[in-house]
Amino acid sequence: MELTRRNLLVIGSGAIAFGSLPAMPALASTTDEAIAKLTGGADIGEGGLNIVAPEIAENGNTVPISITAPGAVLVTVFADGNPVPNVATFKFGELNPSRSVSTRIRLAKTQNVVAIAQMNDGSFQRANAAVKVTIGGCGG
Amino acid sequence: MTIKPILVFALVGLTGPAFAQDSSTLNIDGANMVTEIAAPSHMENVDTIYSGWRFRSTETQELELDDFDNPAFVFIDQGIDFWNKVEGSAGKACASCHTNVEDFAGLRATLPRVEGGKLVSMENLINDCRTERMGADAWKWSSSKMTAVTGLVGLQSRGMPMSVAIDGDAAPFWERGKELYYTRVGQLDMSCSNCHEDNYGVMIRADHLSQGQINGFPTYRLKNAKLNSIHARFKGCMKNIRAQPYKEGSAEFQALELYLASRAEGLSIETPSVRN
Amino acid sequence: MASGVKPRVKVPKKAAAGDVITIKTLISHKMESGQRKDKDGKVIPRSIINRFVADFNDQNLIDVILEPAISTNPYFKFEAIVPESGEFKFTWYDDDGAVYEAAKKIKVS
Repeated sequence: MELTRRNLLVIGSGAIAFGSLPAMPALASTTDEAIAKLTGGADIGEGGLNIVAPEIAENGNTVPISITAPGAVLVTVFADGNPVPNVATFKFGELNPSRSVSTRIRLAKTQNVVAIAQMNDGSFQRANAAVKVTIGGCGG
Repeated sequence: MTIKPILVFALVGLTGPAFAQDSSTLNIDGANMVTEIAAPSHMENVDTIYSGWRFRSTETQELELDDFDNPAFVFIDQGIDFWNKVEGSAGKACASCHTNVEDFAGLRATLPRVEGGKLVSMENLINDCRTERMGADAWKWSSSKMTAVTGLVGLQSRGMPMSVAIDGDAAPFWERGKELYYTRVGQLDMSCSNCHEDNYGVMIRADHLSQGQINGFPTYRLKNAKLNSIHARFKGCMKNIRAQPYKEGSAEFQALELYLASRAEGLSIETPSVRN
Repeated sequence: MASGVKPRVKVPKKAAAGDVITIKTLISHKMESGQRKDKDGKVIPRSIINRFVADFNDQNLIDVILEPAISTNPYFKFEAIVPESGEFKFTWYDDDGAVYEAAKKIKVS
């Protein structure tokens, strides 16, 4: 194919389309690896902790999330589509019985926010929130 | 030949301003804000005016409900520091003459206004004080220092209704602003009204289009995590439609600011608001 | 020590013993993630608040390890049950070695 400017643009835009596909396997497995490292490969239950995040985040640089994990000792939060999946680790003392915390995080694109809680009895719990991160039509 | 952008095709087919409202009542630390009111009589094509707060997602709206949660207040605190800072050859701070910034309650509601035959915005008033009475350098229109102080002074009028004069001396400036509002510009050949009057309430890609009201400025934008001035926002909008923007502080932007302020007549000032 | 880094905390002044109270904390900090590049294409190095600790009467309430994914001006809201009057101590640790502190007393009846 003759390398005209038009063709270059077509090839170039194709490359961009590939780059923007969501949740590439490589990134997802980094989070899985990190989680496996955290739990030592143990089984992870569900239902023991709650994570609240917006379904659609109006802006990826300030996404409010809330975690409640009664009975948890440690809660680790990951964002599986960020360049580095680790977001924060929360260690709770006895004076915070609901093990609740809210904060604001940065999400690079549409992805899952995953929380892994290590409970009092040594077992693990997991919760997931899928967040769509949008780019506005008119940013100004 | 005017080039109709793809953007317009995306908007065609939608039946007028559709409204996906989140919360509709704004109460900030106990004070009720007016976010919806009958449009002033000079607006022929709009019946009801709404604050930009109404168009944001629930999570963004929640950020404005309390002054601790509102991220703008980090900058308001900085504004207080600047207020008290001695600067310039006269050895004064704003506080030297204006002991209580609370005395400025009501100022934001009436700006911009005509003084000595010229239209002045709050930024002009601040720079006049700095250069003529403090012997200090003028601040750039949208600098972090200027927005921190216009934020602080604007906050003193929070809850008060926008109410600018558009008659008498202000009339020629208002007419100019109105003309600018309805004039198509730029490669995308769009006017302010195409989005903010004809299509408020619909989605433009992933953004919920507002009426473009300025009752909350300077506003904390999630997009850049800082306070943004009115003219900086105008400039951004013009760049988005691929037009050559007017300069911040220019006669054009000041006229537009006056016209827009008049379109918000009766809405509560929310400075410093939170928008995306 | 980075300039303009200021902590703010919101704690009720009094409570009844056994009440669940809400505490809000914020520190103004850019949280430079280490992902951004400057105009010349060079990576701007990471510089963040990396740890936040809240104690009550020297008992730990919450201890957070922050990563660059925490937003600018790190904000934390959490609950506490206060059994007695005392003092909350809040500490933030910066990558650059600086330590920021705030304290609030509470009267418990």
